Amino acid sequence: MSPRTLFDPPQFLTREEAEALTKRVLAMAKADETRVTIIGGARGNTRFAVNQISTGGDNTNTTVSIRSSFGKRSASTTTNKLDDASLQASVDMSERLAKLAPEDPEAMPELGAQTYQESPAWSAKTANLDPAGRAAAVRAVTEPARAAKLAATGYLESDASAHAIATNKGLFAYARETGSSMTITVRAPDGSASGWAGASHTDWSRIDPEALGTRAIEKARASANPVAIEPGRYTVVLEPTAVGNLVQLIAFSLNARNADEGRSFFTKQGGGNKIGLKVVDERVSLVSDPFDPDAAALPFTPDGEPAKKTTWIENGIVRNLAYDRYWAQKQGKEVTPLVGSLRMSGGTQSLDDLIASTQRGILVTRFWYIRPVDPRTILFTGLTRDGTFLIEDGKITKAVKNLRYNESPIFMLNNLDAMGQPVRVSASEDGSPGFAIVVPPIKAHDFNFTSLSDAV
Amino acid sequence: MRALDAAKSAGAEYSDVRISQNRNQAIQAREHRVQALNDSETFGFGVRVLVRGAWGFAASRDLSPDEMVRVARQAVAQAQANRAALERPVVLAPVTPTANGTWRGPAEIDPFEVPVEEKVALLLDANAAALKVSGAKFVTSAMFFLREEKTLATSDGTYVVQTIFRAQPRMNVTAVAPDFSDFQSIQSNDVPPRGLGYEHVRDAKLVDNATRWATEAVEKLSAKSVEVGRYDLVLHPTHLWLTIHESIAHPTELDRAMGYEANYAGTSFVSPPEKMLGKLRYGPEIMNIQGDRSQPGSLSACGWDDEGVVPETFLIIKKGIVSDYQTTREQAPWLDWWYKKQGKTTHSHGCSYAQSWEDVQFQRMPNVSLLPGEKEQSYEDIIAATDRGIAIMGDGSFSIDQQRYNAQFGGQLFYEIKGGKIVGMLKDVAYQMRTPDFWNSMDMIGGKQSYFLGGAFNDGKGQPSQSNAVSHGCVPSRFRNVNVINTGRKA
Repeated sequence: MSPRTLFDPPQFLTREEAEALTKRVLAMAKADETRVTIIGGARGNTRFAVNQISTGGDNTNTTVSIRSSFGKRSASTTTNKLDDASLQASVDMSERLAKLAPEDPEAMPELGAQTYQESPAWSAKTANLDPAGRAAAVRAVTEPARAAKLAATGYLESDASAHAIATNKGLFAYARETGSSMTITVRAPDGSASGWAGASHTDWSRIDPEALGTRAIEKARASANPVAIEPGRYTVVLEPTAVGNLVQLIAFSLNARNADEGRSFFTKQGGGNKIGLKVVDERVSLVSDPFDPDAAALPFTPDGEPAKKTTWIENGIVRNLAYDRYWAQKQGKEVTPLVGSLRMSGGTQSLDDLIASTQRGILVTRFWYIRPVDPRTILFTGLTRDGTFLIEDGKITKAVKNLRYNESPIFMLNNLDAMGQPVRVSASEDGSPGFAIVVPPIKAHDFNFTSLSDAV
Repeated sequence: MRALDAAKSAGAEYSDVRISQNRNQAIQAREHRVQALNDSETFGFGVRVLVRGAWGFAASRDLSPDEMVRVARQAVAQAQANRAALERPVVLAPVTPTANGTWRGPAEIDPFEVPVEEKVALLLDANAAALKVSGAKFVTSAMFFLREEKTLATSDGTYVVQTIFRAQPRMNVTAVAPDFSDFQSIQSNDVPPRGLGYEHVRDAKLVDNATRWATEAVEKLSAKSVEVGRYDLVLHPTHLWLTIHESIAHPTELDRAMGYEANYAGTSFVSPPEKMLGKLRYGPEIMNIQGDRSQPGSLSACGWDDEGVVPETFLIIKKGIVSDYQTTREQAPWLDWWYKKQGKTTHSHGCSYAQSWEDVQFQRMPNVSLLPGEKEQSYEDIIAATDRGIAIMGDGSFSIDQQRYNAQFGGQLFYEIKGGKIVGMLKDVAYQMRTPDFWNSMDMIGGKQSYFLGGAFNDGKGQPSQSNAVSHGCVPSRFRNVNVINTGRKA
């Protein structure tokens, strides 16, 4: 094969190519059941630090995973060598390991043919973003920062991938997915101020680098010379990113089995789980919908189950928990997979409205180093970062030092005062496109800040 | 070599090519069943180029000669795009090239040569032992192995081949109160991951330890909830390694101190270097912090870093004062003035690392360790010398701000100390601290006999985030008058 020219866009397996590859692998398999999963794609990224590009990367990879089962014995292998001999070796290894595995009493048979909906998770604009396009986006941020005598540091990533699953029982699933994100931290050269802005979307053209840069610069300017305030319980106005940082933690705790086994917030006192019980304010609903254009995700799960729209919490009441195929069958429930999408209900107010209605409170741009403390209450700790302000009499009056919190999104959503309009946010701490999440800004009372930080 | 030639003819003044083949195996068991048995491999190469002071990097899984040329040219084209608005061209510190080197990690038993049946049986036996303890309801166990074969060629003449091993056995035992009002877990964090082979799993004595971990989880259900306040803390090395990782190893990364990681990992309070080196008192005279990539069985150990530098052992904190930072070839020249003042040459400490062929190498921490004190004293000796305090074993919850000032740490096991004796188990304990105050409150440290090497596989830094595996050695130590909070709340 002749080399692709340098400026060709990265190649992604088409449905036909992916199907041909899965057939090649399935033809090599001798196990009772075989599942082949292909993930192939490209990632491009550009990093910038102190107003210039520091590093970048463009890579391509394709992996083939093989899951083999003999009766209730299963194992899997993954390789990225796609020649026949390597694929055969990987199939053989998977089958050899499966024969050595003990019988799994919870083994579930592979699925046969399924029907999938098309998901809006692909954008050609994201897939075609090249290093020069990324560099131009970075310049749109660094040049204004330099002119403002501030230092912009940040990250831009675009991913494009094709996913396929096939089983020897007739299942074939194929979908493509893109993700993009840009996050920016603007700091004063002497370290006395820091402001952040970021965005994430399936479609790169929905992200405006210049506007993000302007926002980060404004935040940095406003955050200079922060004052110390006493830690304690405060009314907070959380920008959508900060809400996303915390609300997504609920999604990660929705496992039904953990709840039924007595080791989750969703465990009911005395046994069983909290489905049907009210756990947060009645204005709050949480929905995963892989077909939501602003929070799109793949239309199938890793085992080929069709992904579907699921309401986890409706008007404050738990409606569903996540059931995998085994636990659903055991409990007589419907299979309810987790998907990489989450939307929270909202209101009609703007962030400015939430600030204007606050007599005394703290405005939080984002949270950082969020780590679990107590799974019994989904209690996490972490800190505010890159734009924390005091609100007095409906106005932002001064920058305040960062604060550590010990708080649960469950308590926070019980203490809800008001919500604004939901928007897609970049809620991953590392700036990767991450979990597709749409959340509103909120105002809540009695948010638990436990100590002050000197970090700017 | 084809890629290096292609990069040079396309205009690169420096280039390196890393080819790596990783093999991983993971086995996970839950109670009496094996949940997952997975063997995976990844093979590919990455080309990094420097073009008139700007970096470019590209990588591919396809090692055909044509693709190597294409990827090298792609890296050069990206570097040219990255030159936009370049203000500070990259200058590399000198290196002595190694023309033909090999290094192999100190694994006695290649984990991939050990029969899977033996591994599965060990996990299921350990789970069974845990479940025999009354009140222990759930148990998971796992083993993870890596063998990486990594070849690095650089345009300044280095060609080295290294074989790296990593092994980690893990368990987690959960006890649930009969009325479902509480649950408590213990993780096997006193058995750290190591840069060793299967012998590390055998030495971990999982079956014997499973009984202890299960007993501790059950005991924690009825432990006293801590009273908030200030306590003297006696931190066991199975706990303290993580506090060192977060509050010393990260803030002394030079890229952080210079603002390069501001958008994610953060900056550092140990900044700017000219106001810190030789000046900042981090802790007491008994505090010496060493960087190295040579401790046998440590996760960071290697013969050459990912730009061909032989790593050296160096002191980051000497007698309590900051004396150096972690560096790569790009970064060492930033401290030229300091090395000249010390009468030293300017060279990298060998801290360049990439998690895989797909990712660009950058500065990652070596093993960063608290050296033992001169006086030979143990964890028990330090407890005996403490009137009112809390002893903490095992690492738990952890969180620290982006400049590494304000941190909060939990643990696995907490014991109340009164009059030099342990009087009972506590739960819901976390301590909050300000880094310089905390380390300056350290007044007792253990001796050589009490040294222990902890560590983790999953130290995250960079964008895209890369995992670094790193070890931290330390001795039991005492910290005075630390703020302890109670983390237990009712839903």
